Amino acid sequence: MSTLNNQTEQVKEISGVNPLKCMKCGKCSASCPSFNEMDIKPHQFVSYVQNEDIEALVNSKSLWKCLSCFACVERCPRDVKPGKLIDAARQIVIRQKGQDYLSPNEIPELLDPEIPQQLLVSAFRRYRR
Amino acid sequence: MKYSYYPGCTLKNKAKDLDAYARASARALGFELEEIENWQCCGGVYPLGSDEIATKLSSVRVLNEAKEKGQSLITLCSACHHVIKRVNDDMKNVEDIRTRANNYMQLEEPYAGETEVLHFLEVLRDVVGFDKLREKVTNPLTGKKIGAYYGCLLLRPGKILEFDNPENPKILEDFIRAIGAEPVIYPYRNECCGGYISLKEGEIAKDMCGNIVDSAEGFGAQMLITACPLCMYNLKKSTDEALPVIYFTELLAEALGVKGEVDNA
Repeated sequence: MSTLNNQTEQVKEISGVNPLKCMKCGKCSASCPSFNEMDIKPHQFVSYVQNEDIEALVNSKSLWKCLSCFACVERCPRDVKPGKLIDAARQIVIRQKGQDYLSPNEIPELLDPEIPQQLLVSAFRRYRR
Repeated sequence: MKYSYYPGCTLKNKAKDLDAYARASARALGFELEEIENWQCCGGVYPLGSDEIATKLSSVRVLNEAKEKGQSLITLCSACHHVIKRVNDDMKNVEDIRTRANNYMQLEEPYAGETEVLHFLEVLRDVVGFDKLREKVTNPLTGKKIGAYYGCLLLRPGKILEFDNPENPKILEDFIRAIGAEPVIYPYRNECCGGYISLKEGEIAKDMCGNIVDSAEGFGAQMLITACPLCMYNLKKSTDEALPVIYFTELLAEALGVKGEVDNA
């Protein structure tokens, strides 16, 4: 992760996505249930990767707002999969030491008696290595 | 008919009822769920990175167990189904993942996606058949207006899950009809409940579930059914007793007249 260009290549490699296929129709953002929570919107993920501005993506709030609901993946007419791009940016962050978004130490105060195990394992897998 | 069965971690704990009603219903319908021995947690979410291997191995292990027994693999939790079905697709169609996963596994015969993965609902539709199910119903839920809540994980991506039409599904509505009740079709039935965001940002999930609950109630639903413990958890935080959220297997067991043997066990 020494240069911006490397990060762009990393995002492309981890996601397996070719951002050049995007035709900017905006269906992904129109479909996204977290649209209002995101500072960089799903259709913009693609532009940031095209412009090699991964720094902005990895510092965005959007990393932690994507729900992996696959609405954008399902509806993209060009099979660009914006959700995989934001996951790749999230991977670049959480694969670095000390950059986890969720620490086991936080868990006790987040617990309530009804929490399904599924919620804990899912959050751990999306928010940390 | 005997199937391999993968319950997953939540069905051994907070969602024991989802599991118990399914087992009782399967007995009543004449098929057997044989739990995979020593299964491991699927991880709850499918690892999206194309370089992820280790996080997929627990799924590969159960898939291979089922293959060695010569059985199809039945899942019940939406998340487990999503993860295991997608890993199976990787093992079948992505050479790099198949090679690297098999290098880890060192199986006598490499695993290449041979196992058929079926959600319990698919067994009802495609093996038992909803017409046959209707004949086996002893206690039809006549007059109940039920909203099916699909959520995300069973439906998308449609090309891999191949569960139903991802934009206009009907399997749960057909199920509701088969048990004698009336399905309520409402626009938010395949919108996301917020998923894992509820752990750290409960308000966001609450807003999303509020839309789902309002939509279902607005179209006249008296209850919601789901196959997903996390959807249920999130939805229950946004609804009150006016709109109960229950597992589809509970209604199935009730319609088949076997709910009591679970509740009294």
